[in-house]
Amino acid sequence: MNLDQEKDKEARISSFVGAIALSELVSPTLGPKGMDKILQSMSNNNEISVTNDGATILKSIHMSNPAAKILIEISKVQDDQVGDGTTSVVVLAGELLREAKRLIELKIHPQIIISGFRKAKAVALKALEKASVDKSKDKEAFRKELLKLAGTTLSSKILKTEKDKFSEIAVDAVLRLKGSTNLESIQILKKKGGSLKDSYIEEGFILDKKIGVGQPKRLENAKIMVANTPMDTDKIKIFGTTVKVDSSAKVAEIEKAERDKMINKCKKIVAHGINCFINRQLIYNLPEQYFTDNGVLSIEHADFSGIERLALVTGAEIVSTFDNPEKVKLGTAKLIEEIMIGEDKLIRISGCPDPAACTIVLRGSSGHILDEAERSLHDALAVLSQVQIETRTVYGGGCIEVLMAKDVEEEAKKVSGKESLAVEAFANALRQIPKILCDNAGFDSNQIVAQLKAEHYKGNVNAGVDMNLGCIGDMQQLGVVESYKVKYHALLSATEAAEMILRVDNIIKSQPRRK
Amino acid sequence: MNIAFDEYGRPFIIMREQDMKERLTGPEARKANILIAVSLMNILKTSLGPKGMDKILVSPDGEITVTNDGATILDNMDITNEIEKLLVELSKGQDDEIGDGTTSVVVFAGALLEQAQKLLDKGIHPIRIADGYEHACKIAVEHLKKISSEITFDRENYETLITAAMTSVSSKVVNEFQRQLSEIAVKAVLTVADLERKDVRIDLIQVQGKTGGSLKDTQLIDGIVIDKEMSHPQMQKEVSDAKIAILSCPFEPPKPKTGYKLNIDSVEKYKKLQELEQKYFHDMVKLVKDSGANLVLCQWGFDDEANHLLYQNELPSVRWVGGVEMELIALATGGRIVPRFSELNEKKLGLAGHVKEIPLGTTNDNIIVLEKCSQKKAVCIFVRGGNKMVVDEAKRSLHDAICVTRNLIRDNKIVYGGGAPEISCSLAVSKAADEISTLEQYAIRSFADALDQIPISLAENSGLDPIETISNLKANQIKTNNPFLGVDCLGKGTENMKEQNVFDTLAGKIQQLLLATQMAKMILKIDDVILHHGQN
Repeated sequence: MNLDQEKDKEARISSFVGAIALSELVSPTLGPKGMDKILQSMSNNNEISVTNDGATILKSIHMSNPAAKILIEISKVQDDQVGDGTTSVVVLAGELLREAKRLIELKIHPQIIISGFRKAKAVALKALEKASVDKSKDKEAFRKELLKLAGTTLSSKILKTEKDKFSEIAVDAVLRLKGSTNLESIQILKKKGGSLKDSYIEEGFILDKKIGVGQPKRLENAKIMVANTPMDTDKIKIFGTTVKVDSSAKVAEIEKAERDKMINKCKKIVAHGINCFINRQLIYNLPEQYFTDNGVLSIEHADFSGIERLALVTGAEIVSTFDNPEKVKLGTAKLIEEIMIGEDKLIRISGCPDPAACTIVLRGSSGHILDEAERSLHDALAVLSQVQIETRTVYGGGCIEVLMAKDVEEEAKKVSGKESLAVEAFANALRQIPKILCDNAGFDSNQIVAQLKAEHYKGNVNAGVDMNLGCIGDMQQLGVVESYKVKYHALLSATEAAEMILRVDNIIKSQPRRK
Repeated sequence: MNIAFDEYGRPFIIMREQDMKERLTGPEARKANILIAVSLMNILKTSLGPKGMDKILVSPDGEITVTNDGATILDNMDITNEIEKLLVELSKGQDDEIGDGTTSVVVFAGALLEQAQKLLDKGIHPIRIADGYEHACKIAVEHLKKISSEITFDRENYETLITAAMTSVSSKVVNEFQRQLSEIAVKAVLTVADLERKDVRIDLIQVQGKTGGSLKDTQLIDGIVIDKEMSHPQMQKEVSDAKIAILSCPFEPPKPKTGYKLNIDSVEKYKKLQELEQKYFHDMVKLVKDSGANLVLCQWGFDDEANHLLYQNELPSVRWVGGVEMELIALATGGRIVPRFSELNEKKLGLAGHVKEIPLGTTNDNIIVLEKCSQKKAVCIFVRGGNKMVVDEAKRSLHDAICVTRNLIRDNKIVYGGGAPEISCSLAVSKAADEISTLEQYAIRSFADALDQIPISLAENSGLDPIETISNLKANQIKTNNPFLGVDCLGKGTENMKEQNVFDTLAGKIQQLLLATQMAKMILKIDDVILHHGQN
């Protein structure tokens, strides 16, 4: 039998080592004082990125350890589902496994640890729910809460220097979506030059394309048609047709017919009464010239997501046939103009009646900064958009973890049998989060976490780590707020993953496929 | 054999084949085969029972599966040996026929062979062992039927079914929500079951999974879920009282199977062709619209022009719907799959009370849900979980639970679990062995010993002293004449499986015994293994 097997103790050690190593890899990036990583591509040494986003780091590293792969997977799911907390979920799972490892060394069976963890998880979730607050009823207060939320998310990222500015940008952008969670409608445009401070949210919409040759660079009261139709060579989609002619004169005739067909199409388009035509596909010179002659501004090759966003912004529908002008909904905008950002010419569409999409223009001195800024902003946007659905929030800065740990510890006292050790271990793992936050900031973590624990036992439920002063602070006053859903999901995934890894007593590897 | 000539023209013989072959014969072959089966058993037996452990399987591409389902473990293992392949087939056989007990069947077959080795060492001929096993298996099956009981249930009271499903789910990582998952599985089966004919078409139960959320969010959807989105981003996302045209033809001009060539040699013909093309699209959309449909599901794609026409005619549509889903949708909505536009009419449309597109998570990921289908014949279980591995394992667990429930609907006889039937059979078989005067007596007794392997593994996995537990159980079963005593895996304080509500299907248990015995017999009868090495 040519099976590569790791059994019992060996399998467990290999899982624990892999998982803990992974969590130690990302834990220094946690929190506002977390450090960044440089990721260098294996295939192309020039391709590097600088990031402190857990999901990005984990996605890029190559791991062959199965347990580590499970953690990478939960980080990805966390990113897809809630957008933030991708580091904390891995760190928490790692800490849970570290605790479990300690218990297994004390000869406690994994199944008992699992059932203890489950009890603890239930208590922790209850505590989390109890501590959550919902401020969605009062619009003004909710907006403030959103700003705080964005601030907390951004504080650990490169954007923290301009935290307030970007919080405003993110909140404005998300509120424009009107409850939709489709982040595709927010376009993030990265333009090198200037500094992060010069970034802004565009009132209208910016399209990174060019206006057709010889057409006006400025158009007021635009009536826009957004189309997805071939404007290069419009083939007839009947299969098996070939053109066979017996003289060159006929070739010219056919060619003319082809041209007529295109001109006809253009005529039909113009008959919609538009003065701006935006197509997803290429527009060849012939139709472009026709549009120019008829005073229609044409923009070619706007990619698919661009087209969808345009449709959302201008309220137009995406058109592919042009026979029923009366049925087609056109978009409107007060002004379309060519603008310059840095060196690049772009098209700005502004004054739309009810835009449901928007553009954020990011400026920065280098590509790496812009990339990281985009990732950070994306995290904030994702969190904010999810908060539109699940409006509850909790306090950050390690406050909620210590709070949950306290309840879990109380529960441990009630559990009889060996499970109580596992429940206690769960509480310890939770308290590691504020500890790591402190460690990363260079504070005396043992001291602060112990103080924090004491504060919570005194009944001060808002106590957390003040990351600026390095002492205990009131998270409500400091405005450190996190999304309930992020925490909920992180706790759930981390425990699920830890359970899954704990249950394994055998790793069976197939031979790697020959290349 | 090849004759070749060297450079001086002298002939020489090349014997290639000998080098390529490896041969094991007689006792050696048997020993090697048995060893392989036993080592597989040793891998699987730690996964038995509610306290069983999982395995991580790493595929050749580095993909990871975490499971404790016997069939899945074997399926994902890198198997090259023929005996291993036989055992994988065995597990699959159990999976196809019964759907549950895939681990036990391999463990039992392994145990039978392990016992056989001892007999072989004593000098008993393998055929005699095989005959003895055959005989013992008959006794065991008869005994199982004797100790089985019947359960009752109907559409309203299905608590017993849930209990049975729970036994099946209890050994998986998802057992935290075993009650919920079992309920979902049972409800799903009952919805599609035909209780009069005692038949369940399992393929009408769709099990779809998406990562995200928690297992707790897993739900039974009374309808069908398609992992697709509306073809045009601005189409309606929600349709009430949907009349669905289910099309298996593409929205494009017809493509005759016979090869043909269309020659264009004049401008008129060119223009005509162009008109024809336009007409095709318009006609197609018109035919759909005229049939009264307000939702189009198409197995194929359609191009931008058709897409827009559909949108303009307020016909939300979904493209690239899978064939299996098409059939399910047709069944559930009472519609017909229409292969030609001209055959579309109102009678062939499927009806669904509510159809909507639901976004998931932050990455533009959508699903389409068809609810309140007119025929109510198909349901979907939508599984959520924190990571891909959990979702996959939950799907497998649900499959097991669904199979168990189906088996009970087919045949409502059960035996109690926890190793109780194995112990009881073991007692019955060894009692019968004493009455047999031939050599087979030994084989029959070994069969009884092999039966003990399952409760022993259960006890081992639950952290109990296996030998002590089994001997106690045996003594107690004889003393109290109660065949329901089994291993108390969960430490509930009673060994009576009837009180613990742990039960398995009779059909499943019988199948396990039969399949494992057959496999053991087959392997025992092999006395010559000739291996051909490949070219490399």
